[in-house]
Amino acid sequence: MGRKKRFEFLEHTADAYVAAYGKDLAEAFESAAVAMFDVMTNVAKVNPAVEDRVEVAAEDEYALLYSWLEALLVKSEVNRMLFSKFKILGLDKTSEGFRLQARIWGEKFDPSKHLQKVGVKAVTYHRMEIVKDPDRVTLKFILDI
Amino acid sequence: MGEEEGRHPTEKVPLEKVNDYAWRIPQYRQAMRVPGMVFSDKDLLSKMQSDRTLQQCANVACLPGIYKYSITLPDGHEGYGFPIGGVAATDYNEGVISPGGVGYDINCGVRLLTTNLSEKDIRPKLVQLTNVIFDNVPSGLGSRRKDFKVTVHDLDRLVTEGVRNVIDQGLGWPEDAEHCEELGCMKNANPDKVSATAKNRGLTQIGTLGSGNHFLEIQKVDKICDSKAAKTFGIDHEGQVTVMIHCGSRGFGHQVCSDYLRVMERAVQRYKIVLPDRELACAPGKSQEAEDYYQAMACAVNYAFVNRQTIMHWVRQSFQQVFKEDAERFGLKLVYDVAHNIAKIEEHKVDGGQRKKVWVHRKGATRAFPAGNPELPPDYSGAGQPVLIPGSMGTSSWLLVGTEKAMEVSFGSTAHGAGRMMSRSAAKRNYRGGDIKKALEQRGIYVRAASAIVLAEEADQAYKNVDVVVDVSDKVGIATKVARFVPIAVVKG
Repeated sequence: MGRKKRFEFLEHTADAYVAAYGKDLAEAFESAAVAMFDVMTNVAKVNPAVEDRVEVAAEDEYALLYSWLEALLVKSEVNRMLFSKFKILGLDKTSEGFRLQARIWGEKFDPSKHLQKVGVKAVTYHRMEIVKDPDRVTLKFILDI
Repeated sequence: MGEEEGRHPTEKVPLEKVNDYAWRIPQYRQAMRVPGMVFSDKDLLSKMQSDRTLQQCANVACLPGIYKYSITLPDGHEGYGFPIGGVAATDYNEGVISPGGVGYDINCGVRLLTTNLSEKDIRPKLVQLTNVIFDNVPSGLGSRRKDFKVTVHDLDRLVTEGVRNVIDQGLGWPEDAEHCEELGCMKNANPDKVSATAKNRGLTQIGTLGSGNHFLEIQKVDKICDSKAAKTFGIDHEGQVTVMIHCGSRGFGHQVCSDYLRVMERAVQRYKIVLPDRELACAPGKSQEAEDYYQAMACAVNYAFVNRQTIMHWVRQSFQQVFKEDAERFGLKLVYDVAHNIAKIEEHKVDGGQRKKVWVHRKGATRAFPAGNPELPPDYSGAGQPVLIPGSMGTSSWLLVGTEKAMEVSFGSTAHGAGRMMSRSAAKRNYRGGDIKKALEQRGIYVRAASAIVLAEEADQAYKNVDVVVDVSDKVGIATKVARFVPIAVVKG
């Protein structure tokens, strides 16, 4: 990326309020995932060594963002993994709503190597926004800490 | 999302002063079925006016079947749909139950242990003891005990049976269960109503402290305000050492909440419930969705009780390890374990003085039942229920006692904590974990934390003063002061 920041943290009293950017919805979803793991650790130090796949479906784009982040959170907790690289392969409209397929990369959490920041309890719909400008998509959402 | 109705942060919520510690939100919107009631002093109220706390209080007043008023407590702040630091009671038959009224961290709560040691007895070994506790109690990202692994089958039993299950395995003393809200087990728990995802998250995190605002502190009694009640609860002198454990139901409870928010979104459509905010998603009390949620929530409640029970056991073991004597020698008795995020079926007096069966939602609120209530353990029946209100890291925490007044005005509830006033990012900009640790150590508070960043985020300056929150509770009379504690050692995730 380099040219523009992929995400930033907005002011919120109790939790992590994230703004994530991309040239399209798929890229913004990837940025959102990086942001979520940056709440937990320094993502730059997470080696994208192990590949996994994620597939989620939801009734609308808001629910899709929620489901995408939740699926990553669950994979991280259950497999004790941290992820740092995300590639959305497809983000399609279906008859029931939307479907997303992605490849994700990361490695096992290692407290001696990975900086511990704060754990994410849950993704929320609170203040969630998806703003589509002609050349940029902005996502805003709050992670419950 | 939830903004379509125009509930912008700038919306001015009208307030009518009842007295110095109570403010009424009139039914200024047509959809409000009851008024709002805010228990707060002027300063705390102005904090609430800086975010959406009061709008959310008014939104909650729109819930079908809500009685009397939607309550915001002195520690109230903006939450998910419902404010955090709030109580709402809805009719058991005609009302609704909402996962947002409980929160993501179901049965996030606190337990307090007393010891028969004084500060001077423990000082020489404080660092060693804290280090041993830090090693014995998993905290921070991804950590767990290698000797405490459960299968899905074990987990199903554990969330059905609550603390008894682990006490029977030797993780605790038989009398511990009596000193837990609900005796450490909500009876309606049904693991069939919990998703495989929630169980998978639960398996890896049982018996762990977590991170964020959760903590384990070795404290000392710093002030006794009600010596009679204090004595009943095992506190008899200033300087007496106590231990406080604050954590919740981890990924298990978060997933139960998340799963049922979805169920409730569909229920809102199905039962044509009109809500001012999508995040209030709920289902009629008598529906299948409500029953399913209540049974799944009970599993998460029990998970959290067990979580705190196992952590307490490892704290007792740590004392044993360091002082080379049986834990019983040091007292280490459980005073009480209370939930801060929970929904319950209770009977309360509503408008017109009638007694009604209600769903009480306590989100960032502590049950505060008075003396003589049948829910209390026999040894506390004459005093009332212990209420535990932790402060932020490095500040004071409180023991209060429930009152009759709470039954009259707040559905038997009071506040639960300090509540943040500075964002995590601002705290990180202003403080460094290392400096926070040093500053605490200069005040004689030893700190072990899995994350230096969490230390900065949890700097006590980022929180409201818990003493002020407790003052309001005491002045309103919905739980009165018994004793104050200050930490001498802190373990953080």
